[in-house]
Amino acid sequence: MLLSIDHVQKSYPGGRPVLNGVSLTLAQGQTLALTGESGSGKSTLLHLVAALDGFDSGEITLDGQPLSPLDDAGRAALRRNTLSLVFQQFNLIPSLTVAQNLSIHARLACQDDPGWTSHLAERLGLADLLERYPENLSGGQQQRVAIGRAMATRPRLLLADEPTGNLDETASAVVLELMLSLVADTGAALLLVTHSPEIASQLDARAHLSGGRIA
Amino acid sequence: MIRAAAQVLLSHWRAHPLQLVTLLTGIALATCLWSAVQAINAEARASYERANAQLAIGQFDELRVPGGFIPLPRYVALRRAGWQVAALLEGAIRVGGRPVRVLGVDMVTYPALPAIIQVEQAGTAPDPSAILTAPGRLLMSPDLAPLFRPADGFPPVLTSTELPPDLVLTDIGVAEQLLNRRGQISRLMVLPDQPRGVPPLAEIAPELQRVSPSAQLDTAQLTDSFHLNLSAFGLLSFAVGLFIVHGTVGLAFAQRRGMIRTLRALGLPMRHLIWIVLGELLLMALIGGLIGLVLGYFLAGALLPDVAATLRGLYGAPIDGQMSLRPAWAAAGLTMATGGTLLASGHALWRLAHMPILAGPGLQAWGGGKTSARITGALGLALLALGGIAYVTIGGLIAGFALLAGLLTGAALLLPLLLSGVLSILAKQVRGPIAQWVLADMRAQLPGLSLALMALLLALAANIGVGTMVSSFRLTFTGWLDQRLTSELYVTATDDAQGAEITEWLTPQVSAILPIRSTELSHESGPLFLYGIVDHDSYRQHWPLIAEGPDVWDHVHNRGAVLINEQLARRADLWPGDVLSIPPGHNLPIAGVYSDYGNPTGQAIVAMSLLDQIIPGLPTRRFGIRIAPGHATELAQTLREQFKLPSSAVVQQAAMKSQSLAIFDKTFVITSALNVLTLGVAGFAILTSLLTLWTQRLPQVAPVWALGLTRAQLARLELFRSVLLAVLTACLALPLGLILAWVLLAVINVQAFGWRLPMHLFPGDWLGLFLLTVLAAALAAALPAWRLLRLPPATLLRVFANER
Amino acid sequence: MNVKALILILLFPIASWAQGYAGLGGSAEGFKRPIPGHSFQFPKDHGPHPDYRIEWWYLTANLKGSDGRDYGIQWTLFRSALKPSETTGWQSPQLWMGHAAVTTPDDHYFAERLSRGGIGQAGVTAQPFEAWIDEWHMRGDDLDTLDLTASGTGFSYDLRLQAQGPLVFHGNAGYSVKSADGQASYYYSQPFYTVSGTLHLPDQTIEVTGRGWLDREWSSQPLAEDQSGWDWFSLSFDDGDKLMAFRLRGDRGDFTAATWIDPDGRTTPLPDGAVGFDPLETSPIAQRDVPTRWRVSLPDRGIDVVVSALTPKAWMETRFEYWEGPVTVTGSHTGRGYLEMTGY
Repeated sequence: MLLSIDHVQKSYPGGRPVLNGVSLTLAQGQTLALTGESGSGKSTLLHLVAALDGFDSGEITLDGQPLSPLDDAGRAALRRNTLSLVFQQFNLIPSLTVAQNLSIHARLACQDDPGWTSHLAERLGLADLLERYPENLSGGQQQRVAIGRAMATRPRLLLADEPTGNLDETASAVVLELMLSLVADTGAALLLVTHSPEIASQLDARAHLSGGRIA
Repeated sequence: MIRAAAQVLLSHWRAHPLQLVTLLTGIALATCLWSAVQAINAEARASYERANAQLAIGQFDELRVPGGFIPLPRYVALRRAGWQVAALLEGAIRVGGRPVRVLGVDMVTYPALPAIIQVEQAGTAPDPSAILTAPGRLLMSPDLAPLFRPADGFPPVLTSTELPPDLVLTDIGVAEQLLNRRGQISRLMVLPDQPRGVPPLAEIAPELQRVSPSAQLDTAQLTDSFHLNLSAFGLLSFAVGLFIVHGTVGLAFAQRRGMIRTLRALGLPMRHLIWIVLGELLLMALIGGLIGLVLGYFLAGALLPDVAATLRGLYGAPIDGQMSLRPAWAAAGLTMATGGTLLASGHALWRLAHMPILAGPGLQAWGGGKTSARITGALGLALLALGGIAYVTIGGLIAGFALLAGLLTGAALLLPLLLSGVLSILAKQVRGPIAQWVLADMRAQLPGLSLALMALLLALAANIGVGTMVSSFRLTFTGWLDQRLTSELYVTATDDAQGAEITEWLTPQVSAILPIRSTELSHESGPLFLYGIVDHDSYRQHWPLIAEGPDVWDHVHNRGAVLINEQLARRADLWPGDVLSIPPGHNLPIAGVYSDYGNPTGQAIVAMSLLDQIIPGLPTRRFGIRIAPGHATELAQTLREQFKLPSSAVVQQAAMKSQSLAIFDKTFVITSALNVLTLGVAGFAILTSLLTLWTQRLPQVAPVWALGLTRAQLARLELFRSVLLAVLTACLALPLGLILAWVLLAVINVQAFGWRLPMHLFPGDWLGLFLLTVLAAALAAALPAWRLLRLPPATLLRVFANER
Repeated sequence: MNVKALILILLFPIASWAQGYAGLGGSAEGFKRPIPGHSFQFPKDHGPHPDYRIEWWYLTANLKGSDGRDYGIQWTLFRSALKPSETTGWQSPQLWMGHAAVTTPDDHYFAERLSRGGIGQAGVTAQPFEAWIDEWHMRGDDLDTLDLTASGTGFSYDLRLQAQGPLVFHGNAGYSVKSADGQASYYYSQPFYTVSGTLHLPDQTIEVTGRGWLDREWSSQPLAEDQSGWDWFSLSFDDGDKLMAFRLRGDRGDFTAATWIDPDGRTTPLPDGAVGFDPLETSPIAQRDVPTRWRVSLPDRGIDVVVSALTPKAWMETRFEYWEGPVTVTGSHTGRGYLEMTGY
């Protein structure tokens, strides 16, 4: 199993538990949509899997590696090398060009492959925008850059948090289709957080979070 | 990985070049001012050492007659007893209105003189017979040479750039003519190799005192306090510069938060991130530091001539206006730049290290909120208290500066809290919606501006404080000169005999002749000059006493009492009613204390008869002459002709006063220069703060614009806001500056120079400074305001569009 | 070079030529020059002659210590005039330099003093006779009985001298020619002193007795321009005869002169080339090679002797450096003497 989440509990200081014994597995090449109400903890779960935040109990194992014993450097290495993230707010680096943004994750992971990156740029329709800065791109274009940046490392697991949440319908469809086709081509697994049943339906499987558990 | 991450972090500067310029300017300014002061200090100290080495002074023991001279036969007798000593005659003359020190040495027996060697190496070697026999040669630095025209009867001049400024080196045979002191020797230098079996000094010349080099009056010690003052100024400027660095680094980090979070999400470990940021800061510090060093070098070069003039005038310190580049100085400057940058960035770095990856969106205010203002306020109070405690417990000049440092930093840290308080009180008073919005907006902006305002506060306070000190000093000094220089003419005779002749000749022509006799003694607090005076109304009416017992003059003239100068009084803690003990075994009651500015050493005055008892046989060579002022010039001329006195031996009161004041004014040229620079740095700090805040202004301005204010109105309000904050800061700076002035006058001056000065207030100066502040604030706000005025409405609209 | 070094050039004209210092040739102008047939007037001529450029009172003595060892002492007062006059006060143009030395079989102590005339720090009076600089003096009622003292770092001496014979005059009745071009000086000696007194050395005090030799010489232009140094011998043979001989080394060849002195003081001047000087051995001293063993021959008188330094260390490391020390004589004759070598 690429990812297994085993009875994970998480609560924020002074609040009720957000996740209350969530268990989930994801195999290599599988795509899974994580749905739920606003505040159901689906983004929190995604952050836990991305090793961006710690959990109270249970265990998450990614590619055979349990996350709980890892220190900051270990978690960073995991984010660099094993997984990639796509955010709702794109989170591009404003002072870098599109080309630089595309390659930055791969370069941080020391696995920059210019051929693959330019292939990605071509495929994502960014070839003419490479020298532009993010502030001069539309939302859909920015998110395509973010997907390219994420896929440039050929991650085992792609984590996407409402990737189309800031986009209009047309742009959403394009972005989703590109993301799914790239995931399929590279054999990556995808864990996608969304509140849209429509989008969820395009993925292999679907898990629904409710009351801090998988329904 | 590090390379890629560093590229990302550095790409911020390419997107924000103005921020980069600001940061580098901040570091460069701080380094520049500090390094300039250090360069000046190093240059001055090196000059002292060089001069001593050039003249072979301060290396050997010396023989002296306290308060007198050594007659030539005494020198020969010592020599014929085997003592290997070298004769030296020293004195001052005035040539072309310029005081010049004449150093006459016996060129034949004096230890090797590097200064002469240099003359000899430069082109034509001087013929020793020309140097040793009449008319002889005068050696001096090239800039002095034009004053010594052969037409005025001076011997031919040889120049050497190695000679200290304002000094004429010559053979003793020439010096005794130049100084009109034939057959006299000031001191004898005890040469290192003495022969076997030399009789002890006590047997052959009991009147001579042997003084070791360490006990000789050292220029470096004399000028220590002056250099400490300069250093303190440099440090103040450095601190003001660091405010800019702190502000810019803080802003740059705040703006890069999103970028940094993204990088960490992409897998950059925190440890690497910290190292990269540290490396970036070091790089900035080095670049800024190097720029600062270059600027500082030129600044020091520009200021040095005036400092040199000051030191020569105040202490007779041998210093020229030449700059040289010292590696140690450059290294120290870069270290200060690096240390200062890291210090100024410490807060931002700490926040970076503790920043969670996941945080709410948006840009937090980077100066801290209300809590932070309270914390800095508390810190400020603590620093104020610490400075006070240091002053009370440690004592001395260092404690004086600790008090100053505590006062200034403490007040600066309290500033945001005080301003916030004032603004909230104002907000309660105003009615109109726009005024309410402006005041609320100002309070909201305060955290971002507070550092710049602190810098302004410090600069203003320093200006008021130092300005008040200098002006008070000048006023006091002028008054003191009037009191002290009561005689219309001052005459110096060659010797006792000529003194008597002059007295006899003058008696029928003038209203009074006031003979002055003096001698140098040693006191436990240092060298002490003892003067004898006659009883005359000139003293009784005008002498500037700052503390006196009853019937002070009767005690001096009839009961063997002594007057001492303020320096001695403060150094030895002696006041009227105490007793001054002077060798050999005299205990004199102190009748009064007088002020004595511009003189670093201790001084005491007794009745002439008492001086004759203490040291019998002192020559009377100096006289003050009272005459109707209109006849002074004429008499001076006649005196010179009648007794063949050099022009330097007859000095008129007016000339003495104007020269003293000229020296005084030069003394504070560097102080005012540093003042102006500090204010400039503070103005720049406000500008940069406003410019950096500009990026965050739009979301706040846009709604107001949407509610119906024109851009012109907004721009005017922008200017108003800046000016109001500056005005409020200036109002708070005034009391701080006055306290600073008090500390400088009553604490630092006493410790550094030995005199306490009365404080005078100069509201006219304050008004000027206030206007300057308003102008600086308006100028600083002008650029953001102009931008606002020219802002396309679409940009304002985008604020709403971006609210996704 | 400092002023003092320049003064030394004036004091020791040979030093200036040896060091290539030019421009002094003309400074003899205004000074008197020695002429043949001068009639000496004593005691006046024992005193200084300020209108001549240079002058010296030069005493050397070979001594035997109570410890049985050989010693030598030197006492010299040089006068050099910047101008041919004397004034009182610092600006006197007369400069004085004293050199004193004690030489032991294995060590050499020396001292140097500088002064100017006009202030009384140094000078010479003829009647009563006194030559002094600082605390050093050579003093007596006349030249026949003298007290002699000098001291330096680590040494001093205090000696009494008694003349046992007459003054002797070199060259043509005291007119001593120094080159083929005719440079000359006035030159007479008192070579007949018996000496007794005390030497003080760093760790011992030694009673000494022996023989002394005083040279008096003044001139304004003693050397020719090509001459770079000299070797000067004063030898006292055990049989009572004495020989003063010098060789001036020049680019254009050496110039020699000598005086044969009988035990009763009768003199015979010896012309250029009469005495042979052959260095036999040099010693490395002060980064140079100095001849410290000589063959001196005077075939006319059957003299063929080897002159050896008591110690090669007798180098005068004064501002103008030279070698001056006691020597022993072996070979056809035996005896003692002093050797001075300059320009090495």
